[in-house]
Amino acid sequence: MTLAPNATSPISHIVTTSVETNQPGRSAWKAVTTPFRAVSRPLSITLSVLVWGAVIGGWFALTYSGAVKEMFLPRPESVLSTTISMALDGSLWEHVLASVQVVLIGFVISSIVAVPLGLTMGTYRIVQAALDPLVNFIRYLPVTSFVPLFILWIGIGIEQRVAVIIFGIFFQQLVMIADSARSVQRDLVNAAYTLGTKRGDTVFHIVFPATLPNVLDVLRVTMGWAWTYLVVAELVAARSGLGYISLKAMRGFQVDVIFMAIAMIGILGLCTDQLFRGIRRLVAPWTN
Amino acid sequence: MDALTLATKPKSSDIAIDNVVLRYGKGDNAVLALDGISFHVVPNEFCVIVGPSGCGKSSLLYLVAGLEERTGGMISVGGKPVTEPGPDRGMVFQAYTLFPWLTVAQNVEYGPKRKGMSAAERRAIVEHFLHEVGLAKFANHYPSQLSGGMKQRVAIARALANDPQVLLMDEPFGALDSQTRHSMQKLLLRIWDHSKKTVLFVTHDIDEAILLADRVLVMSGRPGQIKKEIRVSLPRPRSMDLVMEPNFIAMKREILDLLKNDEDEEH
Repeated sequence: MTLAPNATSPISHIVTTSVETNQPGRSAWKAVTTPFRAVSRPLSITLSVLVWGAVIGGWFALTYSGAVKEMFLPRPESVLSTTISMALDGSLWEHVLASVQVVLIGFVISSIVAVPLGLTMGTYRIVQAALDPLVNFIRYLPVTSFVPLFILWIGIGIEQRVAVIIFGIFFQQLVMIADSARSVQRDLVNAAYTLGTKRGDTVFHIVFPATLPNVLDVLRVTMGWAWTYLVVAELVAARSGLGYISLKAMRGFQVDVIFMAIAMIGILGLCTDQLFRGIRRLVAPWTN
Repeated sequence: MDALTLATKPKSSDIAIDNVVLRYGKGDNAVLALDGISFHVVPNEFCVIVGPSGCGKSSLLYLVAGLEERTGGMISVGGKPVTEPGPDRGMVFQAYTLFPWLTVAQNVEYGPKRKGMSAAERRAIVEHFLHEVGLAKFANHYPSQLSGGMKQRVAIARALANDPQVLLMDEPFGALDSQTRHSMQKLLLRIWDHSKKTVLFVTHDIDEAILLADRVLVMSGRPGQIKKEIRVSLPRPRSMDLVMEPNFIAMKREILDLLKNDEDEEH
């Protein structure tokens, strides 16, 4: 006989299934292969650690076996030691700070305009009719093709990199935010009217709070894109930043520095992602 | 007089609907949804419109609320012609329309807040109406944490907290299971008895119509017209047991026949 399911057990649902079928091995397999079924926290942590381990293990195997020359793929520990030495002499932080600064300025300027304009666009058909064709045209233009133009117009200062980021994410933000405003349930707005909400207050009182969780998701996703455009901008014209040191390292065959720069961007991305999730939990507690 | 006595003191108006026409679309594609609807709901009356789905009964309610524009005719509430939505006409919708970003208490105080009432006045109103619908303990819950029946109870409290002159209800219990629906009907009758608001209630459930109404208006579809008016003189307070009484069954049969004829004519 199997024991009664223990609710505090990390694999409680697996135990529950085994009570039903009396076949622990097969039912555990059935549980994890059931679509959309939740997986216990220890299991999911174990899996993510295993996948990371496999990637880094593969890295070790490729470099130590000599399958790939160190000129193209540095050994893990040389990336780590480069990171430590650049962190200690302060040059790493200088470049990280330069990149973070550009991303933040570009992202904030873009978002401050895109959120209210997107909500207005999604709420008022007349604004949508006016802007939609233009926005949809611009949004398909590759940002990279504008980099030379921006250099010509604004030079190679920080303004140029900020402009690339704004151009890269603003129109995408606008379209996605307008979409979520448009999908606000009509009867929610109707209910607000019957409770005394004035037409002019609809965006602020109803559309904005109703779309807030979506808007925060849009910001989180476009923050990731901002990092992509940052590197594009820094590769072309910059005197500092993670993209800039990658380019400089390539010229000197310092592959370990390129790897370090990539890893730093990944880590910074992970941090901002978690930050946005935290903000969402804080300002939109009803979705928790 | 403080806010609570103001909010709980009966305040209700009549609804006058005169030759109302609603047409969708233009030219050959035009659909006549409502064709010459006329009736009058007196203050404090509980009036129920029953009809087949698609007969335009919900549209009629949206017209009274001012959420849709009529093609012709006249609608006035308390002698004032309806031109746009306003807080004098509270509405409970079939879909769940609580604001998900506000707690139960914040949802109920939404209307009073728009009116500029003070926090103390609002608190008294919220307390009163949450107590009235039996959800005082859930004041700080979010709508997503409530069952369907509880959501509609909050929606009723929210509409009444705004002290409207009439209460419009668009199949508010349509999505609920029959058990919950019965308890909601009982609750609504009790609240109506306290508040004495004029109620215009739309449903396709004939039992519900007879159980709640002072008067049932039977509608036919395409184009929507009032087919018959049936006065329900069953004594109040009413209970679910009424559905077995002979005169209840007689009324139900009459309404069923009216709706059935309508179906036959269509085929």
